[in-house]
Amino acid sequence: MALAFDDYGRPFIIIREQEQKTRLRGLDAQKANISAGKAIARILRTSLGPKGMDKMLSSPDGDVTITNDGATILEQMDVDNQIAKLMVELSRSQDYEIGDGTTGVVVMAGALLEQAEKLLERGIHPIRIAEGFETASRIAVDHLERISHKFEFGSTNIEPLVQTCMTTLSSKIVNRCKRSLAEIAVKAVVAVADLERKDVNLDLIKVDGKVGGKLEDTELIHGIVVDKDMSHPQMPKRIENAKIAILTCPFEPPKPKTKHKVDIDTVEKFQTLRQQEQKYFDDMVQKCKDVGATLVICQWGFDDEANHLLMHRNLPAVRWVGGVELELIAIATGGRIVPRFQELTPEKLGKAGLVREKSFGTTKDRMLYIEQCANSRAVTIFIRGGNKMMIEETKRSIHDALCVARNLIRNNSIVYGGGSAEISCSIAVEAAADRYPGVEQYAIRAFADSLDSIPMALAENSGLQPIETLSAVKSQQIKENNPCCGIDCNDVGTNDMREQDVFETLIGKQQQILLATQVVKMILKIDDVISPSEF
Amino acid sequence: MAIDKLLKDEATEEKGERARMSSFVGAMAIADVVKTTLGPKGMDKILQSAGRGQSVTVTNDGATILKSLHIDNPAAKVLIDISKVQDDEVGDGTTSVVVLAGELLREAEKLVAVKIHPMTIISGYRMAAECARDALLKKVMDNKEDAEKFKSDLMKIAMTTLSSKILSQDKEHFSKLAVEAVMRLKGSTNLEAIQIIKKAGGSLRDSFLDEGFILDKKIGIGQPKRIENANILIANTAMDTDKVKIYGARVRVDSMSRVAEIEGAEKEKMREKVQKIIAHGINCFVNRQLIYNFPEELFADAGIVAIEHADFDGIERLALVTGGEIASTFDNPESVKLGHCKLIEEIMIGEDKLIHFSGVEMGQACTIILRGASFHVLDEAERSLHDALCVLSQTVVDSRVLLGGGWPEMVMAKEVDELARKTPGKKSHAIEAFSRALQAIPTIIADNAGLDSAELIAQLRAEHHKEGSNAGIDVISGAVGDMEKLGISEAFKVKQAVLLSATEAAEMILRVDEIITCAPRRREDRM
Repeated sequence: MALAFDDYGRPFIIIREQEQKTRLRGLDAQKANISAGKAIARILRTSLGPKGMDKMLSSPDGDVTITNDGATILEQMDVDNQIAKLMVELSRSQDYEIGDGTTGVVVMAGALLEQAEKLLERGIHPIRIAEGFETASRIAVDHLERISHKFEFGSTNIEPLVQTCMTTLSSKIVNRCKRSLAEIAVKAVVAVADLERKDVNLDLIKVDGKVGGKLEDTELIHGIVVDKDMSHPQMPKRIENAKIAILTCPFEPPKPKTKHKVDIDTVEKFQTLRQQEQKYFDDMVQKCKDVGATLVICQWGFDDEANHLLMHRNLPAVRWVGGVELELIAIATGGRIVPRFQELTPEKLGKAGLVREKSFGTTKDRMLYIEQCANSRAVTIFIRGGNKMMIEETKRSIHDALCVARNLIRNNSIVYGGGSAEISCSIAVEAAADRYPGVEQYAIRAFADSLDSIPMALAENSGLQPIETLSAVKSQQIKENNPCCGIDCNDVGTNDMREQDVFETLIGKQQQILLATQVVKMILKIDDVISPSEF
Repeated sequence: MAIDKLLKDEATEEKGERARMSSFVGAMAIADVVKTTLGPKGMDKILQSAGRGQSVTVTNDGATILKSLHIDNPAAKVLIDISKVQDDEVGDGTTSVVVLAGELLREAEKLVAVKIHPMTIISGYRMAAECARDALLKKVMDNKEDAEKFKSDLMKIAMTTLSSKILSQDKEHFSKLAVEAVMRLKGSTNLEAIQIIKKAGGSLRDSFLDEGFILDKKIGIGQPKRIENANILIANTAMDTDKVKIYGARVRVDSMSRVAEIEGAEKEKMREKVQKIIAHGINCFVNRQLIYNFPEELFADAGIVAIEHADFDGIERLALVTGGEIASTFDNPESVKLGHCKLIEEIMIGEDKLIHFSGVEMGQACTIILRGASFHVLDEAERSLHDALCVLSQTVVDSRVLLGGGWPEMVMAKEVDELARKTPGKKSHAIEAFSRALQAIPTIIADNAGLDSAELIAQLRAEHHKEGSNAGIDVISGAVGDMEKLGISEAFKVKQAVLLSATEAAEMILRVDEIITCAPRRREDRM
């Protein structure tokens, strides 16, 4: 460690307890950072593409997750290294922003770091490299815009959307029934989408799962599924044309928020209080009945007495329904959430064609289906599968597919997948590099090289000869001037991604390149790492 | 370099071949644990819990064994999970599903060793599983139309399920019990309505199904022990001190006499409540909550049997059987539905007194009394009976039936083999492997019975080459036999679930090429 000394040979104390801290600076720091970033990228590299492998993660509590979703892997990996954490953040922000391509972005960043390392060894200043990368990423993004296609779809013609979702799902374990899942995802998104404003609120899609059955049984329900059952075992299990009162007040005596005491000091008071209490329960139930509700959904619990009164008046009820679910029910049935019994009016009731209770398997699991709602803008995707890990992974895959469909509705530009977009960008960047005088030229070329790494990884994972395949595809692209040539991962026999129907969204791809470049720039700029040493 | 500190301390990472190896080994180890319990001659396991009391469980139920194991290997956890799901979903076949998944992975390991890529194996397995399911679908029998035949199917399934359990000695007796109990449910799958009461003493053969209902409770003191033509009010209400539920209410008095007055009022209130309850014209009152001495005394005075503290399930079942509703308010006696039964009496089983409701209106619930020599026997008997009940109740819903004794596996294996011959490419190796894994199940059944498995399987395969063969392993005589004649049947739903979830799990484990284990969470205090 470098220490500064004053005139008398005593060390300056700059950092508290500086002897106990490890410190890396200059080129060493950059190299250490780069190697950490590369290590993370290496882990994810094998998960890329339709033939990518899964990772098995065991959490601190011993729960097992099996996934090939980049964001999930990194999130659960429990990394300790600062730079590694940056990469985790990178993948997460891609997940938040786009929802798909979380693996690709990390692999891309890893490739950029690898190229940067080589340039650093040649003595090029990190800031120059960073600037070069920045320029190159702009070229690539513009180029993507140029080769992108717009495609048309409407609420009746959803085929193009389904195709794109299938590309996303084909890299997941659920690819066995990617067609049906993709259709489910697209239908769900179209159902809740506001095509006028090109906006989709994914909160309206509830993804729920239950173990058992098989993946093919996964279904889209135009309505809501709630993991609850009727509050009284003898209430009817099936209600047609239900009018639903959605309440957020408990069927219990009121609890004023202000501190108060009711003092009982005479027998009369005791008795009036008792009558009050009975009347209170009676009133509550009567009010629900009066407005014509045939089903009560409540966020809170019921008192035994209230429960029986409900049963008695033939008013089925569900209790302890979560806040989010309550909102969804309100949206779906067109009802209003009512916070007080006094405010209950017939207009505020929600309507549903059919409410039924369905039981599963041999245990006492029951779920409540609310279907044929007045407003079908809230839907539920109900996943079945052989085991817990499968359900979880399917949930993640469906989430990705939903995000992709949403992005397409927002912006209907697509680029072709299978690495073809990356190869095309790489050619464009390479060609542009020569026009830049100065050191940046090298960085731009390096950027082009690192773009190649994604198709390379795809080919590798698919068991093809990476270098041979890549160079063949590249020359084909230049020769035919066709930006749709990619890696034939599924061994279909054609390189043209247009024929294979492999699409990705334009914004997803652009975002990948921009985010990866940003993170790499940030990592390159670090030249000093100070960390508390082990003790 | 910073690189070797990528993960937190104690976190480990296994890659590529090593990761695959570790998951294969883990999965196969789990399969080997439960392997010996498979089939009618399978052995039991003793499980000793590590907790306080070191309680001992003797079982051969796959799900129970696996649930109690503490496993570190993540792949093994996947297998345990599928077994649990199988238990929840169909109730039986919990061992088979793990064994099949284990065998699939064992075969996959061999293929990986000869450098076939896991993805190729997976696509082969998928094709094979699809083909096997179709083969089963072609062979199913459905006797739903014919009530007589359907009942005999149920009987056969129950016998087949029970023959691998502790109850195998009295399997006919218990199959009858189980079938009757399930038929009473009339198509519902709510097994909660079947109550199993375990009482040590007597022998397993003394177990019986009671068409009425038995509540494991005592009748209050000084009340009649026998009521004929009972009207029952089933309630869930506080019969101790009926609190004022309005928030913040409290009693504040300034003299002792006031206290007495309030106390009097409280008593009066309770008396009124009791009066209201009596006004329903009942002679039996069952409450979920406690009944204090004072109201109990009042009930005794009115000649009403008051039963306190019947648990939630008990109340629900009683409501189902007697057709009454569960009441919490008593102001409108005319509209509350009361339950009825012909006779309520206190009976003795072993040394315990129970309350017996007989001649009930709706027979949707029933009680099975299990007797046995020790708690372990009873526990295991309950589990076995539960398995049988689960399978039966599922079969009532989905009435498709297959033959048992390794017959379905051989049928599937044959079809899958045929598919392998037709399929070009490396996949066909995987498909062949799938068929071998299927055949491993009858092999294990034969091995467990101490038979010459190689010889038997070869015979079986030859037998199955003929069209429409019903051949399977007859463990009792130790030879290949006609399963239809022997009356060994299994539910289609169970077999299908075994096939699909085993394949799914194997696929999942095969796809893994890296295992990352996080540092275990530190606990403050260890037991």
